[in-house]
Amino acid sequence: MKRDLSIETRSLRRLFKGVPGAGDVVALDSVDLSVEEGEIFGLLGPNGAGKTTVIKILATLLLPTSGEAYVKGLEVVKNAPKIRRLINLVSGGETPGYGILSVKENLWFFSQLYGLSRDGARDRIKQLTDQLGLDTYVDSRMSKLSTGYKQRLNLARGFINNPAVLFLDEPTLGLDVLSAKQLRTFIRSWMADGTKTVLLTTHYMAEADEMCNRVGIIDRGKVLACDTPQRLKMKLASRPSWKIEITPNIQDLDSVRTIQGIVGLSETSNIETGASTLKLVLEDESVMSSLLSKISQNGSKVLAMSKSEPTLEDVYISLVGRGLQ
Amino acid sequence: MSLPTIGFRDELLSNLKAAYARMWVRIKGGNREATHFIAEVFLPVLTIGAYVILYRSLGLPSTLGSAVILGGAMIVFIYTGFFAGRTDSASLAALNGLIGFVVLGGVMIAFWMNVLWNMSAQWYWEKEMGNLEMYMVAPVSRMAILFGMSLGGMINTSIRALGILILGVYVFQVPFQLHDIFTASFIFLLTVVALYSLGMVFASLYMLYGREVWHTNQLLMEPVFFLSGSYFPSIYISAIPFWVQLAATAIPMTVGLDAIRRIAIYGGDISTVWLHIVALIAFILVLFPLARKALNFMESLGKKEGRLTLRWQ
Repeated sequence: MKRDLSIETRSLRRLFKGVPGAGDVVALDSVDLSVEEGEIFGLLGPNGAGKTTVIKILATLLLPTSGEAYVKGLEVVKNAPKIRRLINLVSGGETPGYGILSVKENLWFFSQLYGLSRDGARDRIKQLTDQLGLDTYVDSRMSKLSTGYKQRLNLARGFINNPAVLFLDEPTLGLDVLSAKQLRTFIRSWMADGTKTVLLTTHYMAEADEMCNRVGIIDRGKVLACDTPQRLKMKLASRPSWKIEITPNIQDLDSVRTIQGIVGLSETSNIETGASTLKLVLEDESVMSSLLSKISQNGSKVLAMSKSEPTLEDVYISLVGRGLQ
Repeated sequence: MSLPTIGFRDELLSNLKAAYARMWVRIKGGNREATHFIAEVFLPVLTIGAYVILYRSLGLPSTLGSAVILGGAMIVFIYTGFFAGRTDSASLAALNGLIGFVVLGGVMIAFWMNVLWNMSAQWYWEKEMGNLEMYMVAPVSRMAILFGMSLGGMINTSIRALGILILGVYVFQVPFQLHDIFTASFIFLLTVVALYSLGMVFASLYMLYGREVWHTNQLLMEPVFFLSGSYFPSIYISAIPFWVQLAATAIPMTVGLDAIRRIAIYGGDISTVWLHIVALIAFILVLFPLARKALNFMESLGKKEGRLTLRWQ
């Protein structure tokens, strides 16, 4: 049994059957993770990187092809029923329960799946609906709720059993800025006693930067880096990060990527103005002249450019070679 | 690191709570809209009325009228289980087709429809709604969830069936020769439990299905209508070939239906249906554990293949 580790994976590998003739798809390739009790650990990566596969294995919904995974020291394949008493899972964008039932009724139903007593369930539902801003909707049918409030209900469901380990798979999907902030505040207060652990996947780098004690960056089933956001950014300190706004956008972005000295590049286009913002991580400043020349060759004009302190997104770009967009 | 341990008693209590909660959801959800309940009880009676009047005008025996009353109860389950919300002419035509020659077996057909569409396909619906993942992560037996679903389905369906039966008998004044109500009730209960046990087996087998659920259910509907004697008494009339009768007895509905017919229509008692009772108990003893095995197998397969909570397959 692993002491003080809430989550651990060793050489975790998962293959999925691919389309006929194409061979198996490697969803996870030798993933090693260690998450300590009391930590919020973020898994960052693009769609298909393997984030949800990690969570599904740890939540006992999927078997690994090889390797080992532990939750609270319990091996996930052999101890699934024991692990389920310690965990909960919230997936963003899911509909939590039954539309014809009210918020309170849905939460009561889920509380019974975790064996809560009548009084315990009542108190817990009251507490969660108050804290997550659902108090005015407790008697509303779930089907009548907006997407954001459905997601709040989904989150309340995830906290209903006060799990020791909570898996949050894109939890703020569909939430407005204020609701997402409320959720982050709630999670931090919930974790205040230091006994809870959260494994979070998100597309929002700022969210991961703000919330996570440590993050793992995953791409094509491999963990490329794993450290605190601060340390990851510090490692990038010697590599300048630039933001360049251009118009019109560059059609052949790969030709820019091939410039010697560009570590990573992402592009965000503005459909209305036709302008694009390039985020670049460079080996050193000397690359700038080649880069500007390339932009000019493509017929684009530079509208603005600025050098910035490295962010988690820059770390991601430098490791993966592209942005999340 | 010390982890909490849970004893047998606590585990049992936890599973009973889960089963009760799932049953409650089904009953609450099924009866929340008063208009649904009223429509599901009263509208079938109108159709029953048409058939009763038709049979009476043709001078057919009054027992056929009794059968129609009972058979009409099936309509409510077809509404709730399959045709709910569908008003297209094909659905209505299919519905009318189904009640064309309804005899006593109509009640059991009703349960069969409910078992197929609201029980067997339930994991599929749950998966499509995103709830299956939540069930699979919860620390309760999946059998407890299925058991709760079954109880809720039985109660909801029985309430509606009873409503139609009482209303039909009262409106059309159709006589029954029911002398042994205890045995009839017991057989009815056994038949429904056997049917829902079969539904639990199907639910487990359907767990990894995608839209194939629809086709499979359609395939199971008509042959069972034929074999179980919903249109004719398949194991009561010697004109039916022996091998068809034999095949028909493999379906719990056939056995239960025949026993209820013998008691309710032909005035029989327990001495005429004891073999039916043995057969129905045997069905339950085989199907319930089979459902558990099938559920465990399909869950493991789903985890292995990664299809357990994958939608739109």
